[in-house]
Amino acid sequence: MPTLTFIEHNGTLHQVHGEVGQSVMQAATFAMLPGIQGDCGGACSCATCHAYVDEAWVDRFPPVAGTEDEMLDNVSERRANSRLSCQLVIEEGMDGLMVHLPASQY
Amino acid sequence: MTLNSVVIVGAGQGGFQVAASLRQEGYQGAITLIGDEPGLPYQRPPLSKAYLLGKISATALLFRPMDFYTQQNIELVHDQAVAVDRNNRQVRLASGRAVPYDHLVLAMGAHNRPLSVPGADAHGVFGIKTKADADELAPLAKEARHVVVVGAGFVGLEFAAVAAANGATVHVLELGDRPMARAISREMSDLFRAAHEAWGVHFEFRQGIGQILSEGGKVSGVVTAEGKTLPADLVVYGIGVIPNVQLALEAGLDIDNGIKVDSNLLTSDAHISSLGDVASFPCIQNGQKPLRLESVQNAVDQGRAIAARLVGKPAPYTALPWFWTDQGNLKLQIAGMSMGYDNTVALGTPESGQLSVLCFRDDQLVAVESCNRPGDHMAARKILARPPRLTPAEAQVPGFELKAWEAANRD
Ligand SMILES: Cc1cc2nc3c(=O)[nH]c(=O)nc-3n(C[C@H](O)[C@H](O)[C@H](O)COP(=O)(O)OP(=O)(O)OC[C@H]3O[C@@H](n4cnc5c(N)ncnc54)[C@H](O)[C@@H]3O)c2cc1C
Ligand code: FES
Repeated sequence: MPTLTFIEHNGTLHQVHGEVGQSVMQAATFAMLPGIQGDCGGACSCATCHAYVDEAWVDRFPPVAGTEDEMLDNVSERRANSRLSCQLVIEEGMDGLMVHLPASQY
Repeated sequence: MTLNSVVIVGAGQGGFQVAASLRQEGYQGAITLIGDEPGLPYQRPPLSKAYLLGKISATALLFRPMDFYTQQNIELVHDQAVAVDRNNRQVRLASGRAVPYDHLVLAMGAHNRPLSVPGADAHGVFGIKTKADADELAPLAKEARHVVVVGAGFVGLEFAAVAAANGATVHVLELGDRPMARAISREMSDLFRAAHEAWGVHFEFRQGIGQILSEGGKVSGVVTAEGKTLPADLVVYGIGVIPNVQLALEAGLDIDNGIKVDSNLLTSDAHISSLGDVASFPCIQNGQKPLRLESVQNAVDQGRAIAARLVGKPAPYTALPWFWTDQGNLKLQIAGMSMGYDNTVALGTPESGQLSVLCFRDDQLVAVESCNRPGDHMAARKILARPPRLTPAEAQVPGFELKAWEAANRD
């Protein structure tokens, strides 16, 4: 089971267990983290699962494209490493994945 | 009065949200979440699409794992509520248990309108509502060669796209003259019609179902109202839903196409709230007229609003309705309520598969339907959430973009 690290906007650190095949959004909501809502359940339809993938990990995921890209254009404070975490699937070898949470999902 | 116990009937999208939001809001009293389905609370949208296609697992359907309920001290009860005793403030369950409440939340959802034609009890005839339905349907959907879908609404068409992708011949019977007619504009209907036809789906408009044929108890065909016979080894219907109001009706609560609630989502009993598919609420985007909405957004936002009120932060419910449906490679997103629109402006083109239809009423933007233009949808949600409202004249200017307008008019 890979361990993921989420860092809240205020610096609070959370270590969370993820499952291979699970989305980063679900790993966060299953662990009851504040800051990731995931209203649409991962259908890439709500943009309430916005997160910043740590620079060291950005390349481990397929690049942003299509629907996710356009949805992200409308989140507050989009950055180069912004992702919709429901579109990020946890894979073998992702132990230690680090994700930063935005100040707000709106 | 301090609130010591909240009882929630219905452990679906809305009931779960009330429980989760109450804890998030810091409520420390008892929470009892009563649901008559087996297993942990789960989301329904993937049941007619991603889950059927095997794209997501059963675990991915769950809102939260079991630990959540234990750690958050939410008592999950697998039972059916059979009566509400308002005088003594308790809910009676099928098992005989009586659960007392300080506040009761009714979140029973809706059930599928049954297909009431001869032969509808044959094996291989499905409505899709529960995970159990989807689990039974999934293997049949993979094998089926001839599929008939009854009703060209959201769920029916999502399934038609799945069946076409699985390689089946698909016929869709629809009483109206275009897909999703009750919910979307003709322009958008036309795009979806063309897309489904390109995937191999055959539409039979203005056509009802007469009878279901079977062989050895298994469905073998469908006879349309006009007498045309279509071969079928699988029939899926989506012809609307009926709110589960029985419990509320017998308890003497006001009913108006659903459990009637006020702008605070309170029923005619101040100790009982209701939300989601079962509740009829005064919708500000519908001129305060009562409306029952069947969407994730509606259940989630109403759940949050009820939880906030119960912890002493009441506010009238005004959230902007939004919705999505995924059919094949098309994502349709709707923001706002288009009822009674009298003018439209289109952005993009149907041919490209990327189209937004802006719906106006009295020269004010009231809704935006977007197909594969999620940026428009997100911008529309912001625009529709507060004034100033976009006018058709502004939207008709060449090169107009919702996102740019939103940014320029943001305060
Ligand atoms: C196949 C399908 C696809 C969908 N796709 C989308 C989509 O793409 N986008 C979207 O926005 N919305 C979609 N929806 C709609 C969305 O899922 C619903 O609007 C939402 O689930 C409503 O939440 P609810 O809590 O009101 O009802 P539900 O989630 O239906 O929950 C009600 C629960 O209460 C239980 N119950 C009823 N009576 C009792 C009783 N007496 N005692 C105990 N328990 C009881 C029911 O069994 C059920 O589990 C879809 C729905 C379906 C069925
Ligand atoms: S959970 Fe809705 S977009 Fe990610």
